[in-house]
Amino acid sequence: MNLIEVKNLRKDYATHKAVDDISFVIPRGSIFGLLGPNGAGKTTLLRMITGIFYPDQGEILFDGHRFDPDRDIRSIGYMPEERGLYKKMKVGEQVLYLAQLKGLREKEAKEKIKYWFDKFEINAWYNKKVEELSKGMQQKVQFISTIMHSPSLLILDEPFSGLDPINSNLIKQEIFDLSQKGTTIIFSTHRMEQVEEICDRIILVNKGQKILDGEVKQIRHDFKQHLFRIGVGTMPNFAQMATWHFSIIKQEDHAYTVKLSEGSTTNDILMHFIKHEIPITYFQEILPSINEVFINKVQEMEQPLN
Amino acid sequence: MNKVLLIIKREFTTRVRKRSFLVITLLMPLLFAALLIIPILVATSSKDTKRIAVIDESHLFFNHFPDDNGIYYKYLENTRADTFKYEEYGYSGLLYIPDIDIKRPSGITYYSSGQPGISVEKGITRHINDIIEEKRLEESGIDRSKLNAAKSDISIDFKSSTDGKKGNSAVAYGVGYASGFIIYIILMFFGMAVMRGVMEEKVSRIAEVMISSVKPFQLMMGKIIGIAGVGLLQFLIWVALIICIQLVLPLFFSADTIHAASQGGMMQGGGNTAAIEAFEKIQYVLGSINWTLVIGCFVFYFLGGYLFYSALFAAVGSLVNEDPTDAQSLTFPVTLPIIIGIMVMISAVNNPDSTLAFWGSIIPFTSPMVMMARLPYGVPGTVPYWQLILSMVLLILGFLGTTWVAGKIYRTGILMYGKKITWKEALKWIGKRN
Repeated sequence: MNLIEVKNLRKDYATHKAVDDISFVIPRGSIFGLLGPNGAGKTTLLRMITGIFYPDQGEILFDGHRFDPDRDIRSIGYMPEERGLYKKMKVGEQVLYLAQLKGLREKEAKEKIKYWFDKFEINAWYNKKVEELSKGMQQKVQFISTIMHSPSLLILDEPFSGLDPINSNLIKQEIFDLSQKGTTIIFSTHRMEQVEEICDRIILVNKGQKILDGEVKQIRHDFKQHLFRIGVGTMPNFAQMATWHFSIIKQEDHAYTVKLSEGSTTNDILMHFIKHEIPITYFQEILPSINEVFINKVQEMEQPLN
Repeated sequence: MNKVLLIIKREFTTRVRKRSFLVITLLMPLLFAALLIIPILVATSSKDTKRIAVIDESHLFFNHFPDDNGIYYKYLENTRADTFKYEEYGYSGLLYIPDIDIKRPSGITYYSSGQPGISVEKGITRHINDIIEEKRLEESGIDRSKLNAAKSDISIDFKSSTDGKKGNSAVAYGVGYASGFIIYIILMFFGMAVMRGVMEEKVSRIAEVMISSVKPFQLMMGKIIGIAGVGLLQFLIWVALIICIQLVLPLFFSADTIHAASQGGMMQGGGNTAAIEAFEKIQYVLGSINWTLVIGCFVFYFLGGYLFYSALFAAVGSLVNEDPTDAQSLTFPVTLPIIIGIMVMISAVNNPDSTLAFWGSIIPFTSPMVMMARLPYGVPGTVPYWQLILSMVLLILGFLGTTWVAGKIYRTGILMYGKKITWKEALKWIGKRN
């Protein structure tokens, strides 16, 4: 069952098409990566999903019905990329205020604040003014205020920017926990290495268009270049490596990166090494990183004639 | 709890709890009190026991001057006024009364080295007039008690049927000018407060977080209403404080000195009798202004004008990026009509029937200021009812219009980062769906 279905969404700005006919689905409970370079249209797409913008064309289905910002906004927690807090307000009051705006009653909100402040060990900050906190601390407060009302859809735009590794991990762990509990998460970023680590599914956008979408594992598999790394106990001489089953891409100390030739199998590679009595220490398929897939695809788009 | 109410509450409480609110709210009446008290202090500063020598050649006034307010009169016999060195004997002044004819008294002179001070001048003048009056009554055989019984003290409503300006134009001018000017200050001061509030939200990047919970329009209106509440509260406190000060003042100063000081404040120099006359005239004329109407309209035009302009100021705030100098050039189109308004107001208060005054008080861009300048001249005399109603209706339509336009600009502007936005661009957003 999909929590979000986006169909042929379009949004034009005066100068360019910000979102140009994008469709995708987000299964309930998944962690969904929205990837693209700066200016690809990610934020515009998210603003439509959060009801801040109306699409020019297309529709969004939320939990099976047509997305209704007035009603569904309560079920969404959105942490925008451009995020901040009222600098002069006290941390506790601020979180309470944001929670009440999401429809929580004061008593309920206070209980939740206690729970989350305990969990993130920031109780001591309750009466501090926001401007007294470091940027990383403010990020934590922002994250808490985004999840206070237990949204069924959590949208995080570049959630780790400006966070140190410890706090990044804390937030990452919380993202996994929430996902385990059934929260659907949209995770927007241009940093690909985080995506492989966190996301189940992704969509790649560039210049307002969808380049590809699907499961992370599947995408890496689909874009594999039939590259393998093989570790050897002793380095063979050059003549021993001549074969039509594979070509050597890279030679390292006690390891080769090879590309499988068409019509050959991985066992052909292994057989070759065995036949030449080269001791194999390990054998491993090299899948492209999402980063490589992404760069390839973007470059392909920019040079359509090649 | 309703979201807009929550926003109003926050906007209101964060401002009211600020130290600057307390400071401004308390400093303003102090300033006002100072304006009121300083002339009194100046007037009574010379009060510390004055001894006045009286040479009375008419023998009409012997022991008739009561000692009051630290002023003591000493009657000197067989002393010549032209040779008597009153200063050497420790007197602050010498009152010389020649042998006067009670029917045509003249030549009464008070000598002093410096300015005698208002209370001395007034005291002497009043005592002498009282005594002469008493003597004349005696001579004409009129019984004081009968006269008192015959005195009439009814108040009459003086209303102008047409223009009837002559009698109260000075007061109408004062009231019109003051209320027009106060509205100008309110529009600027609270309009800027709204603008700064919106800028703060945009610059601190809380805007998009907020917009994901509430509609931009709700956020904007919440701010506008919240700040209006701050303004109203401040106003109420001031009114209350002013009333308190006026209630408390008489405890410190005698009614005489207040009376004297208020005259002194209004009348620079000039004779005291003229001052008293003018003061009485003003009191009489103040009664001829329809205060209920003027105050009611003031509140209406204050709120209407504020709503009309604050939405535009909010739109400006939403266009400003990091650079606060942007704000100046962006505010200009909004402050310009206010400045034109105050100029038309100054002209209208001098000439409330002119075509300029009429249009100025009808067009909502200027009507809050200009209409307030015209109203004290009389409704329906100077301002016919239809003009007042038309002006009010247009102002209501006007603020609905500006709020709608501003809302359109605001919701786009508040989410635009890093780009310098011009008014030309912003106006294109009005027709756009978000």
